[in-house]
Amino acid sequence: MSDVKMRIWRGDKDGGEFENYSLESQEGEVVLDVIHRIQATEAPDLACRWNCKAGKCGSCSAEINGKPRLLCMTRMDQLPEGEEVTVTPMRAFPIIRDLVSDVSYNFEKARQVPAFLPPPRPEGGYRMSQADVERGQEFRQCIECFMCQDVCHVIRDHEENKTNYAGPRLFIRYAELEMHPLDTNDRRDLVRDKMGLGMCNITKCCTEVCPEHIKITDNAIIPLKERVVDADFDPVAWLGRKILRRTKRTPADASVQPEA
Amino acid sequence: MNDIEHHDYDVIVIGAGGAGLRAAIEAKQRGLRVALICKSLLGKAHTVMAEGGVAAAMGNVYEEDNWMVHFRDTMRGGKMLNHYRMAELHAKESPDRVHELEAWGALFDRTKDGKILQRDFGGHRYARLAHVGDRTGLELIRTLQQKAVSMDIDVFMECKVIRLLNGPDGSVTGAVAYWRPTGEFITFGSKAVVLATGGVGKSWKFTSNSWEGTGDGHAIAMWAGADLIDMECVQFHPTGMVWPLSVRGILVTEGVRGDGGVLRNSEGNRFMFDYTPDMFKAETADSEAEADRWYDDHTAGRRPPELLPRDEVARSINSEVKAGRGSPHGGVFLDIASRRSAEDIRKRLPSMYHQFMELAGVDITREAMEVGPTLHYIMGGVRVEPDSGSTSVPGLFAAGEVSGGMHGANRLGGNSLSDLLVFGRRAGMGAADYVEGGGGNDAKVDDLLVQHYMDEALEPFTREEGENPYTLQHDLQEMMQANVGIIRNGPELDEAIEQLEVLKERVQNIAVKGGRAYNPGWNLATDLPAMLTVSTCVALGARDRKESRGGQTREDFPKADPELGKVNFVQSQPSGGGFNGEIKIVPEPLPVMPDDLRALLEEAPK
Repeated sequence: MSDVKMRIWRGDKDGGEFENYSLESQEGEVVLDVIHRIQATEAPDLACRWNCKAGKCGSCSAEINGKPRLLCMTRMDQLPEGEEVTVTPMRAFPIIRDLVSDVSYNFEKARQVPAFLPPPRPEGGYRMSQADVERGQEFRQCIECFMCQDVCHVIRDHEENKTNYAGPRLFIRYAELEMHPLDTNDRRDLVRDKMGLGMCNITKCCTEVCPEHIKITDNAIIPLKERVVDADFDPVAWLGRKILRRTKRTPADASVQPEA
Repeated sequence: MNDIEHHDYDVIVIGAGGAGLRAAIEAKQRGLRVALICKSLLGKAHTVMAEGGVAAAMGNVYEEDNWMVHFRDTMRGGKMLNHYRMAELHAKESPDRVHELEAWGALFDRTKDGKILQRDFGGHRYARLAHVGDRTGLELIRTLQQKAVSMDIDVFMECKVIRLLNGPDGSVTGAVAYWRPTGEFITFGSKAVVLATGGVGKSWKFTSNSWEGTGDGHAIAMWAGADLIDMECVQFHPTGMVWPLSVRGILVTEGVRGDGGVLRNSEGNRFMFDYTPDMFKAETADSEAEADRWYDDHTAGRRPPELLPRDEVARSINSEVKAGRGSPHGGVFLDIASRRSAEDIRKRLPSMYHQFMELAGVDITREAMEVGPTLHYIMGGVRVEPDSGSTSVPGLFAAGEVSGGMHGANRLGGNSLSDLLVFGRRAGMGAADYVEGGGGNDAKVDDLLVQHYMDEALEPFTREEGENPYTLQHDLQEMMQANVGIIRNGPELDEAIEQLEVLKERVQNIAVKGGRAYNPGWNLATDLPAMLTVSTCVALGARDRKESRGGQTREDFPKADPELGKVNFVQSQPSGGGFNGEIKIVPEPLPVMPDDLRALLEEAPK
C-alpha cells in the first residue's frame, strides 16, 4: 500500500504551524482514522474533537483542503490520490488547540432562542399530521456540526458581526419553531432585529456544506425572511393571522420563557 | 486551594446524555441550584447515536398494548434478572415521558390519525417504539438539551470528573474535575450528585460506543463506596458494521429488522429459524411465510425469529460465522434491499442509507449489508433504589446506563431511551428530595483529598519515559475482546483477571507528552484507571456467574442455572483503595417480586 501524507495545523491562540506526517495507507479509512493513528504513535497530544465516528454527532468538524468537512465521514480514497491532505481547524471560530476550535458562540446564540411554547395538552394528546411535522423534522436532523456557521461569510469574514447575527444553524432553529404545528411563541421581530436575519444574502454556502443535506437556504432562511416581511408590511396577512391562524403570542411576550 | 476554580451547587449531574439532562431538568424544576457536567460538548453524548426509538406502551398502533405487556416483555427479555420494581416503573411511566418530550418540542413520526407512530423491535410483542426515522436519539437529546438550556441550567462542557469526594461520614460532598480545553482543575461542592455517565464499551476492540464510553461513572461510584451489580451482563448488539475495518463495530439499527430486513448466511438461508430457543418458541414463527405475514398484521402470524431479543440473535450470528457460513468480512448478511422498495428504505432508514453509502460504498437499497456483533451496552451498573435512584452512598444517585437492575441480563432495544427518561427524572426527584430534606447540608470539600486526586491525575507528566497510553488502551481492548467476549469460558476469564492485574501495574507507569491543554493522550491516561476497574468487574462477574443467561454466555456452562437466576452478583470495595483497591464479589438474592406482578409473567402470549 502507498503512503498517505498529512499536513496538519498544530498550535493554539498564540499561533502555530503545519506539521507533516507520513503513514502507510489502509483500506477504507476516513481522515479521522488517520488522525487517530497519528495520535497513537507520533503525536499523542494532537488535539481533535470527535465522538460517534458515524456522522451522527457533529463533533469532528474541521477543514480538509480548505473545505469544512466531518473528519469521520471523509474517506481518504475520495481525496485526490497521491496528494498531501491538509487539515486545519474551522476558521470562523477562535482556536483552542490544533484542530479544536472554540464553538461557544453557537451555544450562546442557542441560549437566546425563546423557548418552544405549546398550548396545554388536550385530552387524548396532541394530534399532528405527518406532513406538518416533516417540515420541522428536516431542520431537526441538524447534528450541530456548525460547519454552516463556519462557512457563512457574515461570520467567517466579519468577526464583529457575531454579536448581532445568529447564523444559519440558528436560523433553521427559528424556522423550525416558526413552522412547528404546536408552537405559540412569535419570534419574528427578534430574528429580524436582534438575530440579523437580514444580513444573510442567500449565497447558499451553508446549504452546500451541510452533511445532513438540509436545504438551509431554500427551506428555512428564505421562508423565514418572507414571514418576517409579512409580519411587518402585509396587513392582509396580519389580519389573516389574527383571524385564522393559531394565536401567536406577541414578540414582547416571546422573550419570556415558559413556566418550568 | 485558593488557586483552583470552585463552585457550589445543590445538585450536580455528571453526564449530559438523556438521563443526565432529564435529571437536571427535574432538579431545576424544583428550584434548586443545578449544574450539568459533561466530557464533550453539550448534545454530543452517546444518546445521540440511538437510532430505532423509545419503547412506550402507548397503544397507538396496537390497542392491545399496555404497561403489563411491556413489563412482561422486559422481564422475559432480561431473563428474569431484572429488578421487578424498575421494570414496573419503566413500563408504567414511559408513555408519560414520551408525551412530555412532545410538549417540549419533539417531533415524532405520526400515525394516519395524527398520533405518535410506533415501530416493531426485537422482543416487544407489539409495535411500541416511538421514533423519528432512524435518528430518535438525536431528537431525544436535542429536545432535552433545548429544554435544559431554556431553563438556564449551568452547563460545564468538556469538563471531565475524575473523582467523587466523600465526607467523613461517607456521604458524597462533591467532585474533582478538569477542563479539557485548558487542563486546569475545577472542584464542585454539592449536596447531592447524580451519575449519568453511560457505558463502558471502549474497553473492547469492536464497540458501537464513542471514546466517552470508559465507565467513569461505574468506577468513581465504586471508588466512593457504591455497590455495582450484574457487571457480567454486557450486551453485544447483533448488528454492527464489519467492514471497512476502520468502522467495524458502528451500529446498524435494529429498526432494519423491525422494518422487514432479514438475516442470511453465505448460503442465502434465513438461519434464525434454526435458533429459536424454547422460551420463545410459542410466540415465534416457524416458517418464512408465517413470519412475512406478521409484518403487515401481527394477528396473522407469529413474530419473525430475526426479532428475537438481542442476546439470542447475536449468539446465532456468532455460531453461523464459526460454522463457516459467514460473509466475506466475517459477518452475516442483513438484507432489506430485496424486501422493501428503495423509496421506503430511504424514508424509514435515512441515516443507515447514508452510513453505508458513505463509509462502506454499499447501497442498502440494492445490496445486503454485512453485519456482526458489536459491544453495545452494559446492563449491569451501580445498584440503585428503584423509586429514587439513590445508591448505597448517601447523596449519590445514578440513572441510565451507569445504573444496574432495570434490564436484567439482557436489554430490549428501545428500552434504553425510555429508561433514560423514566429514571433520569426519578434520580432528579430523588436528589431534590434528599436536598430538600436537609441531606448534604454539612457537605464540605476536603482540600487534602482534592490535592491527592489532582497529584494522581498529573503523575503521567512527571515521567520522562514510560508507557504510551494508547498502547495500553489497545492492549486492554485486544485482551477484553479475546477473553471477555460474546462467548466466555473459565480459563479465559482467569487469564483476563490475571492480565488486568498486569495492566494495572503498567498504567502506573504511563508517561504523557505535551501540555495539559486539550491533550488527548493525557485525557486517555485519566480514563484508563476507570476502564481497568470496570473491566475487572465484568471479568469477575463473568467468572462467578457459572451459567449462560442473557448477555452472559459461558461455553463451559451453556445452560441457565435456576439457582443463579435468583441472585445478583454484587461488587464493592469494602476497604477502599481506588483503582488498586481489592474488589469483593458476593451473590445476593434478588428482591422478591409481588404476586400480582409475577402473575403477569405467566400469562400466555396473545
